[in-house]
Amino acid sequence: MANLIKTKRGLNIPITGSPVEMIGKSTLPKDFALVPDYFHGVTPKLLVKEGDTVKAGTPVFYDKQFPDMNFVSPVSGTVKAINRGERRKIMSIQIESDAKMTYESYDKPDLKTLSVEKLIQTLQKVGLWVFIKQRPYDVIANPNKTPKAIFISSFDSAPLAPSNDYVVGGQMADFQKGVDVLAKIAKVHVGIRHGKETPFAAVKNAEITEYDGPHPIGNVGVQINHTDPVNKDEVVWTLNPQDVLFIGRFFNKAVIDLSRTIALTGPSVKSPQYYQTLAGAGIGHLIQGNLIKGTHRFVVGNVLTGTKVPENGYLDYYSTQLTVLEEGSETHELVGWAMPRFRKFSVSRTYFSFLFECKLLSKLFGNLKYKWDTRLLGGERAIIMSGEYDKVFPMKDILPEFLIKAMIVKDLDKMEALGAYEIAPEDVALCEFVCTSKLPLQQIVRDSLDYMKKELE
Amino acid sequence: MSNKLRKLVDKVKPHFLPGGKLEKLHSVFDGFETFLFVPNTTASKKGAHIRDAIDSKRTMSVVIVALLPALLFGMYNVGYQHYLAIGQDAGFWSTFVYGLLAVLPIIIVSYVVGLGIEFIAAQIRGSEIHEGFLVTGMLIPLIVPVDTPLWMIAIATAFAVIFAKEVFGGTGMNIFNVALVTRAFLFFAYPTHMSGNTVWVRTGTTFGLGGGTPVDSYTGATVLGELATASSGNIQVVDVVGNPIGFWDGLLGLIPGSIGETSTLAILLGAALILFTGVASWKVMLSVFTGGALMAYVFNLFGPDTAIAHFPWYNHLVYGGFAFGAVFMATDPVTSARTEIGKWIYGFMIGAFAIIIRVLNPGYPEGMMLAILFMNIFAPLIDYYVVNANIKKRLKRATKKA
Repeated sequence: MANLIKTKRGLNIPITGSPVEMIGKSTLPKDFALVPDYFHGVTPKLLVKEGDTVKAGTPVFYDKQFPDMNFVSPVSGTVKAINRGERRKIMSIQIESDAKMTYESYDKPDLKTLSVEKLIQTLQKVGLWVFIKQRPYDVIANPNKTPKAIFISSFDSAPLAPSNDYVVGGQMADFQKGVDVLAKIAKVHVGIRHGKETPFAAVKNAEITEYDGPHPIGNVGVQINHTDPVNKDEVVWTLNPQDVLFIGRFFNKAVIDLSRTIALTGPSVKSPQYYQTLAGAGIGHLIQGNLIKGTHRFVVGNVLTGTKVPENGYLDYYSTQLTVLEEGSETHELVGWAMPRFRKFSVSRTYFSFLFECKLLSKLFGNLKYKWDTRLLGGERAIIMSGEYDKVFPMKDILPEFLIKAMIVKDLDKMEALGAYEIAPEDVALCEFVCTSKLPLQQIVRDSLDYMKKELE
Repeated sequence: MSNKLRKLVDKVKPHFLPGGKLEKLHSVFDGFETFLFVPNTTASKKGAHIRDAIDSKRTMSVVIVALLPALLFGMYNVGYQHYLAIGQDAGFWSTFVYGLLAVLPIIIVSYVVGLGIEFIAAQIRGSEIHEGFLVTGMLIPLIVPVDTPLWMIAIATAFAVIFAKEVFGGTGMNIFNVALVTRAFLFFAYPTHMSGNTVWVRTGTTFGLGGGTPVDSYTGATVLGELATASSGNIQVVDVVGNPIGFWDGLLGLIPGSIGETSTLAILLGAALILFTGVASWKVMLSVFTGGALMAYVFNLFGPDTAIAHFPWYNHLVYGGFAFGAVFMATDPVTSARTEIGKWIYGFMIGAFAIIIRVLNPGYPEGMMLAILFMNIFAPLIDYYVVNANIKKRLKRATKKA
């Protein structure tokens, strides 16, 4: 029997637009891009120039710090443009697909004879290393440091998140292969949702732990914290389950196949469902004709941690969902703070929308749907309320408010002592959501982790 | 109407932006704009793209609404005490209107002085106007005696806002509860006026209303005042004209005292609202009452042979500023302890200290104000130890593994 870890702290946000388990029709787009900013902390060094032909799996750039670490093209085609921004910073490398999908040929690796050193080198060479992230600092893993464990959370508890049981379920052979590969390097932990039948419960070669609770229980950081927390000088690696498939596919078929099933979600989507696509694809083919009217915000990822992209933006290499919601910048709400606000959600009961949490009333009047848009709904203030973050922050032995304060004042010793090694920006996403003072907590954590990395490494 | 207003705001806005004619009033304009319209700044490119609807304005408004029962009751009580003192029965509305007219100038002075300073400070800092004073400005009238001269309130408010808040960096940065600093300033700067038996009940007229002379049995002392000056160990406390009173009178609140503090019932109504909405910490509130009750009980059993030590523990909770302090002052999140364990300690100590000061130092019958200010100083220290315990626990975890 697997270990069970329960927590009550957290919050499932009532937002509409969950994907139904169906694959929508879509044709693969022509337009792809690698956006270096999606890979945090990487300084790209180009390996291609405009007009070059590439195959799926051909290296496009490598990281300045780790020259072995390649970033590869998801499709075959030609490099259409290399877009640069200020100080010639590479903004994106656009690739036009030739619609043939030919794969770069690699030797089929033999897992049995491959040494760990060689394995790590191979994963970097073929562009699969980018999917391995590390704690501390929540960046692409440093290949020179051995992790004490590797964590995979098999379920995503974020708002409107896709079901990995549905997406990965049919490809368990590739998943198992991926786990076998990782298990050569360090002990693999797989977290599964308690009380639900899931194909991940049968994964071999890994320690299975069950988790029960509201979001962010599916966050790998929370699971690490409860199972084998990261202390000073320790490293753990983390992977998304869908990315484990890429590794499995490579070891099963010797190709870099970055195709994935993505969920199109959110209140502005007509029929939220899944689509077959590739990492780095333009989002145009997903949203075409699928949206209700409005001023939209496109978010690669979920509403709590994702990245806003323009209508002609691209998927990143990690996200498994694309969320579309109302921007709301044109809304002018007269004295909103004094209104009853029946359709605005708050964890506090300061607005009358709490009435609809009451079972009796929602039976009488039907379940009222909350209205969401991307406004902050208030001005930024100093931290006033206390205990707000704790209610939605289920990590053990971390005082979120005090850690955040240490981060704001850039006190390295305090950050270290209070648990900065354990957290990633996504772990404070709910704190940011509930914050009365509207502080950009994820940005604060991101900046502090970068600062720590710079000072301590 | 909303659209017209929006157009008007957009029309005048350029004047207040940098380079405009009224640039110096930018913070004030911004304050009014965000007051009228929810700012439509949207979430940044990366991070949480949706937010909880609560904001600082809403939080503060809820507290103000929670103060209304105490305020309205306080107004009525000001009139009630007045007519009781002069031995007339004026009927409900005249009684209330008398109180309203007596209290309104205090509210106006408190807000005008405090907000004025707040506006100027925001402009100097170049920041938005913060809502903190909206609550403070309402608290101040509720914790002063009705006959406090308005100029004293103006000076005390100015002192508190400048030296207890703005110099620390404004709302969210202060160490002491601003409203209590105002009260303490009055108490220590004008001791002859602020203590004794003359300020609690207005015996004179208000805007010409309620003329008369106090009846012969009139004293004007508060219950805590009576106890502090009592010569024997056991006395019967009485109202301003000598009728005996007890626990239920304290709970209902038709007794002399600061404007908003007398009715424990009205205060508890407010408490219910701020607890239900999740604005205040129930841990602090509960532990203040527990600390106070326990300490008073200890004095009941083992205390010195004075009237105030013999004052039953449950009466301590309903007389004086105890309930008001517990509900609206101790729970101020900025000046309270911020760790969850810290809140228990902080609240308990406030309750206990308030009773200790009341009983052992009859010079300051109102122990609550001093107890809270005292614990305001210690709140960061309590948190320091709680956070340090967390750090030690984490260190232990790390070394155990190795």
